[in-house]
Amino acid sequence: MMKTWQAGKRLLPMTAALGLILAGCGREDLSVLRPQGPAAESSFDLMKLSITIMIVVLLIVFSIAAYVLVRFRRKPDQREMPEQVEGSFKLEVLWTIIPLILVVVLAVPTVKAVFAAGDDHSNDKNAIKVKVTGHQYWWEFEYTDYGVTTAQDLVIPAGKDIAFELSTKDVLHSFWVPSLSGKMDTNPDGTTNRFSFSAPNEGVYRGKCAELCGPSHGFMEFKVKSVSEAAFEKWVNSMKAPAVLPEDPALAEKFKSQCLTCHAAGDMPDLSSAPNLTGIGSRESVAGILLNDDTGVDGAPVLENLKTWLHDTAGVKPGNKMPDPKKDMGLSDEEIDGIAEFLAGYTLD
Amino acid sequence: MDWITTVDHKKIAILYLWAGGLFFGIGGLEAILIRIQLIKPMNTFLDAQTFNELITMHGTTMIFLGVMPVIFALMNAVIPLQIGARDVAFPFLNALGFWTFLFGGVLLNLSWIMGGAPDAGWTSYTPLSTTQYSGTHGVDFYTIGLQIAGLGTLIGGINFLATIITMRAPGMSFMRMPMFVWASFITSAIILFAFPAITVGLVLLTFDRILEANFFDTSAGGNSVLWQHIFWIFGHPEVYILILPAFGIISEVIPTFARKRLFGYSSMVFATILIAFLGFMVWAHHMFTTGLGPVANALFSVSTMLIAVPTGIKIFNWLFTMWGGQVRFTTPNLFAVGFIPTFTMGGVTGVMLASAPADFQFHDTYFVVAHFHYVIVGGLVLGLFAGLHYWWPKMFGRMLNETLGKWTFWTFIIGFHLTFFVQHFLGLMGMQRRVFTYLPNQQFDLLNLISTIGAGLMGVGMLIFLTNIFLTSRKPADAPDDPWEDGRTLEWTISSPPPEYNFKQTPLVRGLDAFWKEKTSGHKTMTPAEPVGPIHMPSATILPFLMSVGIFIAGLGFMFSRDDFGNAFMGFMFNNYLVTAIGLVITFGSMLLRSLYDDHGWHIEPEELEGR
Ligand code: HEM
Ligand SMILES: [Cu+2]
Repeated sequence: MMKTWQAGKRLLPMTAALGLILAGCGREDLSVLRPQGPAAESSFDLMKLSITIMIVVLLIVFSIAAYVLVRFRRKPDQREMPEQVEGSFKLEVLWTIIPLILVVVLAVPTVKAVFAAGDDHSNDKNAIKVKVTGHQYWWEFEYTDYGVTTAQDLVIPAGKDIAFELSTKDVLHSFWVPSLSGKMDTNPDGTTNRFSFSAPNEGVYRGKCAELCGPSHGFMEFKVKSVSEAAFEKWVNSMKAPAVLPEDPALAEKFKSQCLTCHAAGDMPDLSSAPNLTGIGSRESVAGILLNDDTGVDGAPVLENLKTWLHDTAGVKPGNKMPDPKKDMGLSDEEIDGIAEFLAGYTLD
Repeated sequence: MDWITTVDHKKIAILYLWAGGLFFGIGGLEAILIRIQLIKPMNTFLDAQTFNELITMHGTTMIFLGVMPVIFALMNAVIPLQIGARDVAFPFLNALGFWTFLFGGVLLNLSWIMGGAPDAGWTSYTPLSTTQYSGTHGVDFYTIGLQIAGLGTLIGGINFLATIITMRAPGMSFMRMPMFVWASFITSAIILFAFPAITVGLVLLTFDRILEANFFDTSAGGNSVLWQHIFWIFGHPEVYILILPAFGIISEVIPTFARKRLFGYSSMVFATILIAFLGFMVWAHHMFTTGLGPVANALFSVSTMLIAVPTGIKIFNWLFTMWGGQVRFTTPNLFAVGFIPTFTMGGVTGVMLASAPADFQFHDTYFVVAHFHYVIVGGLVLGLFAGLHYWWPKMFGRMLNETLGKWTFWTFIIGFHLTFFVQHFLGLMGMQRRVFTYLPNQQFDLLNLISTIGAGLMGVGMLIFLTNIFLTSRKPADAPDDPWEDGRTLEWTISSPPPEYNFKQTPLVRGLDAFWKEKTSGHKTMTPAEPVGPIHMPSATILPFLMSVGIFIAGLGFMFSRDDFGNAFMGFMFNNYLVTAIGLVITFGSMLLRSLYDDHGWHIEPEELEGR
């Protein structure tokens, strides 16, 4: 035990150097290599340790290979036979033992981390409990202790442990926020998974679905919004406010009869067959992938995104289950734009 | 006609090679299309559904139909020669194995033109692969096509086991067998234990899809995670079915071109057996994120890491085989030498993946895509290239062109590393696998572009290889018996290509590297173990072909048994299982014929042997 620890310690400087190099890779809100929370941190530590060990192994193999290939090329005038060596018991034992030691160096912290990651926070009084449900191709987040349900944007208080319960309404999906934590599958009932992570720093993190789930699998994205505790409380309360409807009564009627049969808003009952629309105007994205961004650098204004979506749902997300507003629900272009404008203004603050 | 009725292992090897080449080409084309689609963000070259069909068929084709037959081609061409036998144990079964394999593969690929290819990934996880979420016949083609092709593989595996156990030349004890024979022997044993698992899985999935059973349907009391276990209990050993023969090839090529015997032969044998054993114990490392709990994750983590130990033994033994030798850089040896660092890189990322908490991040990302392509392409395909260039003169009597061979090597290996090295970083930067496109501004763009360029270069390498084959085939077949001059094993003692009966007289084996041993004691040929006598040969027969056609028809009939054709005759034929029945009658009829009609084969008389 002592031995392995010492071997591990010797690897530390290299691990640190590697960490610095790798940390330059990718976006802070997306990259595994730039962890923003303890769960991702723990995976990253193991990755650094294993990469270090593996680079050492590679260096050894590469240098022996290079030496052999240069040193023992056959020269044109070579005629005599090389000595036929049977093997070497000592050497063979050596390259059995060394890998074994390296494996132990990696295995010990791995096992520790596996059990740490398996900690169940579902009975933790201080943890926020969130039921995550995967749908083709959107994410639903239900805060069981608060009676609030939302979609696409997971809002969490910074620093708090979030205890997740994961399941799916249709096929398998996998819930993944690379910079905050490793992924976990959403399975059908009976094989429900639990895990937890926390985001110490406020910010918006990009989440993905990591299990092939149909044509729009690549578009099944979501955002994790880590906010201050006060902002979180405020958000919860405004989520529970009565639903807002379009001012124009005719449009309000259309919205209710055509949209709210699947979607929910405010205090309306949530049937979970489509994303909850409460406060959609203040979300990070429309449909998870049309990024809302007034500066136009990383996306378009929310109104434009809503119009894009409502005029061409199938084009934005192939194979998605929402009926087409024009063709299937009989809305006119003006009505669609009207609803888009109303939704863009449906914000929480 | 000659080719349809042959039972000669050397001709069946060539059939396997052509079939493998065909499917490998299809899989390669699919790969290029996939990479073109991913060349830039939000590309619209392919639509999402087509993309998913392409990745599914690419994976399935490559694993089951592309590299497997090339492995079987080399095993068929080489094993009987290396053990000093006149054929495999059951020549008739050997032909049957090939034809069922081919017709299974053809059935699977028919899906492209018969209403939709499978689209649930080569792993076909339920519920995505059930009729509810995959409505075309695609997945039916997958289950039934693989079932039929798998039958061929199983038959082949059993045949090699029997051949190696019973048909070794006098004096060739197990510990004197060439490493390629050992690797093939262990591979065949893995096939024997792993293929029944996938067979069961595919039958259950077929029942769920065609007969509305509920094995994997949670809402009806089934279990969708069950499929993952069944699939990977087969799936992980399968990757060792693929890589062990490559290990075997490398262990043949390197000693020949280093002019030294294999370093640590007995530890190589031991390591091979250990890898096969551990290969069966680690399937759940594909399922860390499925939610097995910490105990299972810890156990499977550690057992997976252990595989690195025997693998490491092999790598160092190869390096030390060359140590003190005289290494020649012929094309086969270039591939073998390129294999070592490339495969090592795939192996070390394997160990990284084995650490479950780290795998929570790696799993289902491009990091995994990079890992298994390093192992399968950087390991197996380089190994197969080494083997093909090495044994080509023995199989066809013609040496492949060395200059073109070297061009093949350099374009292929540079293209390969360009394609897959950057994918490690794509995965770590947050790109999940199996996505048909990705949003811009995620820092994925440049690396994907590089990857696609690399794939193009690999394609160029393949084209050079094909050109080489084409040009070579137009030259006279005049390769010497021992074209590399330092051949160590029995196949180099007979003419290239070998006569129908391989060995006029069975050779007497007096040690490891039998031919080398004779050469160094001053002999030019092997000492025979028997006098010249008449050689018994099996007759050619069309029955294996017919049996496979029957199974093929039965499979198609079963698949469409529930369809509404809107045509009274078609409906009548399919819905009453008449097509299935016709297929089965052909198959069982051929079997009956085979058992009723006694065929004693024929003999080649000694006068004929002398007069050649
Ligand atoms: C040192 C030896 C090896 C180790 C330690 C190893 C480890 C692993 C692990 C842990 C995974 C799961 C990764 C994940 O999905 O997150 C994996 C995936 C995979 N490995 Fe290996 N592996 C080794 C050798 C091989 C070989 C020899 C092959 C094939 C010839 C291979 C082919 C694959 C494939 C195809 C996958 C991906 C499966 C999928 O998700 O579709 N591996 N390997
Ligand atoms: Cu998905």
